[in-house]
Amino acid sequence: MKIAVLVKQVPGSDSPLPINSNQSWLDENGISYVMNECDNYALEEALQIKEENDDGEVVVISLGPDRVQKVIREGLAKGADRAIHIQMNSDSIADPLSLATLFADAIRDEKFDLIFSGLQSDDLGMGQTGIIIGEMLGMSTASLAMATELSEGIIKVKRELEAGFFQWVSMSLPASITIQSGLNIPRYPSLKGIMGAKKKEINIVTPGGHDVKQSAKKVYVPQSDKQTVMIEGSVDQIVDKLVEAFRNEIKVI
Amino acid sequence: MDILIVIEDNNGKVHRMGLESITAAQTMAKDRGFSIAALVMGSNADELATQVSNYDIGEVLKLEHDLLSSYSSDGYAEAVKQVVEKESPKYVFFGHTYQVRDYVPKISAKLMKPFLVDNVLMNSDGDDTVFTKQMFNAKLYSDMIAMDEGPLLISFQSAAYSSDNAASGSASVRDVNINLDSSMIKTQSEDPFQEESGGVDLTSAEIIVSVGRGIGKEENVPMAKDLAKAIGGELASSRPVVDAGWLSSTHQIGSSGQSVSPKMYLALGISGAIQHVVGMKGSKNIVAINKDPEAPIFEIADYGVVGDVLEIVPKLSEALE
Ligand SMILES: Cc1cc2nc3c(=O)[nH]c(=O)nc-3n(C[C@H](O)[C@H](O)[C@H](O)COP(=O)(O)OP(=O)(O)OC[C@H]3O[C@@H](n4cnc5c(N)ncnc54)[C@H](O)[C@@H]3O)c2cc1C
Ligand SMILES: Nc1ncnc2c1ncn2[C@@H]1O[C@H](COP(=O)(O)O)[C@@H](O)[C@H]1O
Repeated sequence: MKIAVLVKQVPGSDSPLPINSNQSWLDENGISYVMNECDNYALEEALQIKEENDDGEVVVISLGPDRVQKVIREGLAKGADRAIHIQMNSDSIADPLSLATLFADAIRDEKFDLIFSGLQSDDLGMGQTGIIIGEMLGMSTASLAMATELSEGIIKVKRELEAGFFQWVSMSLPASITIQSGLNIPRYPSLKGIMGAKKKEINIVTPGGHDVKQSAKKVYVPQSDKQTVMIEGSVDQIVDKLVEAFRNEIKVI
Repeated sequence: MDILIVIEDNNGKVHRMGLESITAAQTMAKDRGFSIAALVMGSNADELATQVSNYDIGEVLKLEHDLLSSYSSDGYAEAVKQVVEKESPKYVFFGHTYQVRDYVPKISAKLMKPFLVDNVLMNSDGDDTVFTKQMFNAKLYSDMIAMDEGPLLISFQSAAYSSDNAASGSASVRDVNINLDSSMIKTQSEDPFQEESGGVDLTSAEIIVSVGRGIGKEENVPMAKDLAKAIGGELASSRPVVDAGWLSSTHQIGSSGQSVSPKMYLALGISGAIQHVVGMKGSKNIVAINKDPEAPIFEIADYGVVGDVLEIVPKLSEALE
C-alpha cells in the first residue's frame, strides 16, 4: 500500500495576517505557519493504515517555498517514510487547477494506491485540490471522509453530509480521498521520530511554468455593516454590563 | 444561454441554495444582458423542472437517465460536463453545497476550466466579473478573477443571495440527453443515515452557551458548563471542541451539526467561520466574547466583548448566581 498525503503549510489560527502594500497577498514576514488542520488528520489516517497492515509506505507531499519543509519534517517525524517537496516560490498561488496539475505531474509515475488530502485549506479554502488530482490521475474520488475501511483493493469511506447525516461510499483503488477533521486523534511526533526524520529523504521537484486559471486580485479585511454594541471596561465592569444586558435588553434572566 | 444554473435535488424539492443561485444569475443577467437556463436531473427531474419553470429564466433543461437516479460524483460530474460542452454557457452557477464540493472539482479537471468557489459577492469590472470569497477562515476577503474565457464554474455561499429576491416567470422545459454508461461510475453508495442524537436537542433551547477552541483545553470546558447552568441554558460548541473529544458530537453547531435559533447565543472563543455561523445566525441575540477584535464573529454579533473568556466566564457565572 503506497499512500501519498498532501500537507499544506498555512498561517496558524492565532497568526497575524498582514496584507502587503499593493494588497495582492499577505506580507509573509510576521506570519507564523502550521500544518493545515485537516491535513494533520489525513496524515494520521495514512499512518494508521500503514501500521495496521504492517506494510506500505507513507509519502508526505507539500508544494510551496522552502519554508514548507517545516511541515514536511513534522510529517516525517510523525512517521512518514519519505517526502516530496514541489518547490514554488510564488506566494500568491490561488489556483487549485494549476496546483493540482503540478501535483499530478510530480506524482503520476509513483502510482500511489491512495492519496489523502485535507478537505480544504485554511488559507485559500478552495476545497478542490485532492479531488482534481484524483480525477487527473484517473482515480476514484470521495470528499469529506469521517472514517475509512480498507479491504482487498476496495476502500469504504464514511462521508459527512449536511446537517449531521453520513453516507458510506465504496470504491476500488487507486483512490483520492479528502479528509474531514475529527476522524481520528492525530499523534505528536516522538523524540525518536524527530531525530529519525533528519535522515529521511526529501525529494525536491522544481516544476517548469504553468497556466494560471484564477487568481486573487485584491485581499482585504471585510467591512461589517452590523451594529455591534461593544462592551468595554475592566473584567468586573464587563461582567456587570453583560448581566445588565441579559436582564434588561435581551431579557433572558 | 449565457448562464447555466445547476439545480440540486433536496428530496424532490429545489435545494434552497438553488433558488439563491437563481437570484445570483438574475442579478448578473440584468447587469450584462445575459440569458439563463437551469439544469435539473435525477429521479425527481420532473418535479424540479415544474418548480424551477416558475422563475424568470429562459428555459429549463431536463436530464433524465437511469444512472443519475441516485447521486454519484462520477455520474453527476460526467453529466454536467457533457451538458456544458453541448450548451457552452459562459458561466455555470452552483450553490456551494456539500454535494457540489464533492463533484464539481471533477468537472473542473475534466474541462480544465477553473472553479471559483464559495463566493459571497460578485461585481462587474468592465467585461469581467470579480467574484469575492472568504479566505483565512473568513478573516479576509479576496477578489478573485478568472483567467480563462470559460465556461467558468462558480459557486455561491449559503445566503450570499436571497431566494426571496428570485423573480418569478414562466420558463419552457427542454429535454437534454447525454451518453453515460455504468463503467464510468466508480463508486457505490449506501443510504444516508444520522448518528444517535444522545438526547441533546439544542433546537428548542432558549439560551445557548457555546464554546469554541478559544476555551483552550478540556479542563476549561466545565467553566462554560457552569455558566450554562447559572444562566439556565444549554451547552453547545464549535467543531474543533468536538474533534478534540472535549464534548460529544451532539453538541456541535454548524453546517455539519445542529442549526439553532435561541433567544440568546453566547459564543465563547469562537472565531465565526461560515460553517459555524450557518448553524446559529438565526439566533435573536448573539453575544460574542473573543480576545481578537478582528474575529469575524463580531460581524454578526449584537453584543461583543473583546476579552479573555478564561477571565470573564467564571466571574460572569458568579455574578449570575
Ligand atoms: C465542510 C466543513 C464543515 C464544517 N462544519 C462545521 C460545523 O458544523 N461546526 C463548526 O463549528 N465548524 C465547522 N467547520 C469548521 C469551521 O470552518 C471552523 O474551522 C470552526 O468553526 C472553527 O472553530 P472555532 O471558532 O472554535 O476555532 P478557531 O477558528 O480556532 O477560533 C478560536 C477563537 O478563539 C479566540 N480565542 C482564543 N483564546 C481565547 C481566549 N482566551 N478568550 C477569548 N477568545 C479566545 C480566537 O481569537 C479565535 O477567534 C466545518 C468546516 C468545513 C470545511
Ligand atoms: N500547496 C499545497 N501543499 C500541500 N498540500 C496542498 C497544497 N494545496 C492544497 N493542498 C492539499 O489540498 C487540500 C485542499 O486544499 P484546497 O483545495 O486549497 O482547499 C489541503 O488540505 C491539502 O491537503
